[in-house]
Amino acid sequence: MTSPAMAGKVVAVRDLQVAYAEDAPPVLDGVTLAVDRGDVTCIVGGSGCGKSTLLKAIIGLVPPRAGLVQLLGESLYELAEDNRDSLLQRVGVMFQYGAMLGSLTVGENVGLALQMHTSAEPGLVQDVVDAWLERVGLAGSANRMPSELSGGMRKRAALARAMALEPEILFCDEPGAGLDPITAAGIDRLLLTLNERQATTLIVVTHELLSIERLDGRLVMLDGGRVIYDGTAQEARVAARSDLELFFHPR
Amino acid sequence: MELTPVDATGRLRVSGVCTVATAPASTVRARRLLRDSGHTQIVVDLSGLTQLDTVGAVWLRRLPTLAPPRIRDVSLVDLPASLSAFASTVQGATAAPPRVAADPDPGFLDRIGERAYADVSAIMSFLYLASDLTWASVVALVRRRGIRPGAFIEQATLVGADGVAIVAVIMFLIGGVSTLQAAAQLRQFGANVLVADLLAIGITRELGPLMAAIMVAGRSGSSFAAEISTMKFTEELDALRTMALNPLHFVAVPKMWAMLLTVPMLTVMANFIGLAGGTATGVLSLDISPATFINRVQNALLLKDVITGLVKSFSFAWIITIVSVHRGLQFRGGAAGVGRATTAAVVSAIFSIIVLDLVWGLLFYLR
Repeated sequence: MTSPAMAGKVVAVRDLQVAYAEDAPPVLDGVTLAVDRGDVTCIVGGSGCGKSTLLKAIIGLVPPRAGLVQLLGESLYELAEDNRDSLLQRVGVMFQYGAMLGSLTVGENVGLALQMHTSAEPGLVQDVVDAWLERVGLAGSANRMPSELSGGMRKRAALARAMALEPEILFCDEPGAGLDPITAAGIDRLLLTLNERQATTLIVVTHELLSIERLDGRLVMLDGGRVIYDGTAQEARVAARSDLELFFHPR
Repeated sequence: MELTPVDATGRLRVSGVCTVATAPASTVRARRLLRDSGHTQIVVDLSGLTQLDTVGAVWLRRLPTLAPPRIRDVSLVDLPASLSAFASTVQGATAAPPRVAADPDPGFLDRIGERAYADVSAIMSFLYLASDLTWASVVALVRRRGIRPGAFIEQATLVGADGVAIVAVIMFLIGGVSTLQAAAQLRQFGANVLVADLLAIGITRELGPLMAAIMVAGRSGSSFAAEISTMKFTEELDALRTMALNPLHFVAVPKMWAMLLTVPMLTVMANFIGLAGGTATGVLSLDISPATFINRVQNALLLKDVITGLVKSFSFAWIITIVSVHRGLQFRGGAAGVGRATTAAVVSAIFSIIVLDLVWGLLFYLR
């Protein structure tokens, strides 16, 4: 049952417990989180703290052992396949390494969801693909294969693919990981533009301090599979807590 | 590093250099000295140590675990101050790890039970995939949702058109070899001309479908498993799920269609080429005229033989696809996992083909 605090949230997670095997210790243990429409939320924490697992649990890739996961007001794991597909068309996901389909061109990747889920004719799909590629700085790359792109270009292409159906929520897993600071900053700027101009709710998993600073949104910090901080980035930076201090001012 | 035998007070002295160069080689001696001592408590005196590195510190920490069960306590004492600062940086190096009793060795019945459970789980997951993929492939004939336009043509080209040359060459050679082998036996009875009959039946019923399927399993089965396992590794399957696309339908259904269409076609071609190879060998080395050879083939062949071969090839195409997709989805680990999935796909597919061939043989020919 949805509690009043969870009502109206685009993402609502309550007492979430996730484990990768029946007898394995939980990776997430009692995580509770609610995200408002249009917000920018950074999920942060050290390696192995469960950030990516939380993201995967929210988007339906890792079924929870216990707890509630609601996406856009629907209990994702309880929906029939057709309803679940309809719901997933309202969210976009940018994976850590892009996860571009290697057998399709960049253009085919970006246009795939449009082609498969709408009645858009090929000419329209092509124009939308071109528009998105231009927006992410990849104009003219539609006919290239993902393997021909650099890491940063692949992530930008993945962003274009994730945005092709104009999702209400965009999930990003480590958008700046492995990129040079300039490219990483470029991707963050793109994300903020989408948030400001299209009111896309952003949920970004990251451990990059600069990225957290640039996105300047709400900060949810995980440690050992639990939420240890939930507040603004500015407050976290000055909070007199040794765990936060260690994260923001590592010595 | 020097280890002095345990003295009357239960003291074992470790002195000198305890590093990567010396510690691992001292394990056997340390274990023997602990075993040979008659004490139930041992104090390891480290005061004579002059040098320590990480391996040495961890080795010291593990020293108590080398003691036999009758020694209840092994304590490390008197580490020189000059080394203790370093030892403290190696987590837990100065504290002995708990001597956890080893898990009892599972009994014979336990092992059989665990193995049986794992095997039944694997069979269930295979059957689930087989039914899901088969049903999805049938449904997709009338409802194309989730199947990318053009994917079937791409796959049919990869499986069928690109496999024509190798299947043709192999079948021509097999036709020739089979003719020679058959002739070697039939010649003894002066029945050389019956080679054509034998070849016609052998190729259409067995060798054509079997060899075409084995070639396809080697070429395309491995490719399917490698592609799917790589897609799993690079999160492409997850990406499809988040785009509201069923990965099984998107990736595997076009492959299933392509296999079901092209493998029987390759089999028909393999039959013709195999017979052509046999005819050429018969004409060139057995002094049988082409007209006689072709006439005998026509007389020997029944429609049932050809249809049997095609039914077999259809079932082979089905099993190759299911097995390869299953192996691809079972992928675990990194690049080595892709290799394992690919190898397993080929081996399992060929094994399944042979088993199915036997089943068809029993159904069609057992009287």
